[in-house]
Amino acid sequence: MSLLTALARLLIFPGILFAVPAAWLFLWVERKSVAMMQGRIGPPFMQPFFDFVKLLGKGTPTRMGIAGSLMRAWPLIAVSTAAGAVGLLPVLPSSGGFQGDLILLLALLEMPSICIIAAGFTSRSIFGEIGSVREAVLSVSYNVVFLLAIISVAASQHTFRLEALAQAPSTPLRWVGILAILICLPAKLHLNPFSLPNAEQEIYSGPMVEFAGPELAMWELAHGLEWVAATGLVATLIAPQMAFWGFSALVFVALSFGIVLLLSTLAAATARLAIDTTVRFYWQCTIIFAVLAVSSAIFMRLRS
Amino acid sequence: MKLWDRLMCYCRRRSPWLFHLNSGSCNGCDIEIVAALAPRYDAEQLGVRIEGSPRHADILCVTGPVTKNAVCAIKTVYGQVCGPKAVVAIGSCPATTNVFIDSRTLDGPLGKHIPVDVFVPGCPPRPDAIIEGVAKAAQILAERGRSAGETVAIVEQANSEVRP
Repeated sequence: MSLLTALARLLIFPGILFAVPAAWLFLWVERKSVAMMQGRIGPPFMQPFFDFVKLLGKGTPTRMGIAGSLMRAWPLIAVSTAAGAVGLLPVLPSSGGFQGDLILLLALLEMPSICIIAAGFTSRSIFGEIGSVREAVLSVSYNVVFLLAIISVAASQHTFRLEALAQAPSTPLRWVGILAILICLPAKLHLNPFSLPNAEQEIYSGPMVEFAGPELAMWELAHGLEWVAATGLVATLIAPQMAFWGFSALVFVALSFGIVLLLSTLAAATARLAIDTTVRFYWQCTIIFAVLAVSSAIFMRLRS
Repeated sequence: MKLWDRLMCYCRRRSPWLFHLNSGSCNGCDIEIVAALAPRYDAEQLGVRIEGSPRHADILCVTGPVTKNAVCAIKTVYGQVCGPKAVVAIGSCPATTNVFIDSRTLDGPLGKHIPVDVFVPGCPPRPDAIIEGVAKAAQILAERGRSAGETVAIVEQANSEVRP
């Protein structure tokens, strides 16, 4: 029974069967909201699906040796880890099965970013390498805040178990942590104003510059799954606990959708920041916020 | 398998990604390409996206009368676009070298170097003409690599069903 529950979570909800259409939906919402903010009509509803299928049917340049194998492997690793992260989200009250903890979820969430860095260097394109360096710098900047915020949420609830965190009552401290996580999401999803790694006007497509066809399709899917996982993490922290599992699922989907709208609107309304400004923003401005959250969490824990 | 082919054909027509290549243009056509994507004409409704890398693109949009310096770049970039691919020559310059004909710095027209699928004449062409050219190229792209008669029928049927 527990194995069945774990498989159902990974493959059906909130796993692959839910996550892949949701990834396409979120990618469409991102493009559509940018278009609407610019006074355009924007792409049709099925556009991310059309793009995905078309990319599957395109050719790829022949690459020999270990670099070729790695170029094929990175997008697959990114997709599988992002899908695993979505499958771990504690949306439904589980009755047994594999229950990962917050540390595993964070590791899985971080893997696509590491794959992007590695992919840029594997492609041996100068634009790919610059993109990878930017991604690495961005990752070092936002991850400090992101991890501190997550730690503050976990420390205030005295646990790293996902189930317990999702069911914990909301406190002001938890909201500070959630806000800090929200500030990191645009950087994690490469959205404006932190879209440095794939800055098209400067470095073509950054780390993705040499990828084509099915490999690029996998990158697009991995990006969509990252959307679902990252917004889903915030949604599970915000969502109140429901008695009936159907309501929990509905609230999860509605909250994720709301966060996607919020982030897309922010992306459409802002311009790309330079790399030094981005690093300064996270290391100087936001880190104070995160340190405050962590220190108060630890203080409260000592008092209790 | 037939269903997959039909789906692929439809998706290729609905998702043309462009790579814009300037081969010595005066910038007139380049501005019109940007205008085609801007709010007034909004080519994204057809799924059009300008891509940063030729590896991602399906359709190569070439502007300019093809200077001698640009020939090598055009051939390289054409080789970098993965198949199936189509080429759209935007403006009168890549079609005929326009007013620059007989210039000693030119090695045009474009058709001498790479196969061109659609010509969009004009100096510069209007954005709606560019969008029509791209839509035709997307249709050619959908037909490419399939048995001709069957695919033409599929595309015509798809056209009659949905007109974005």
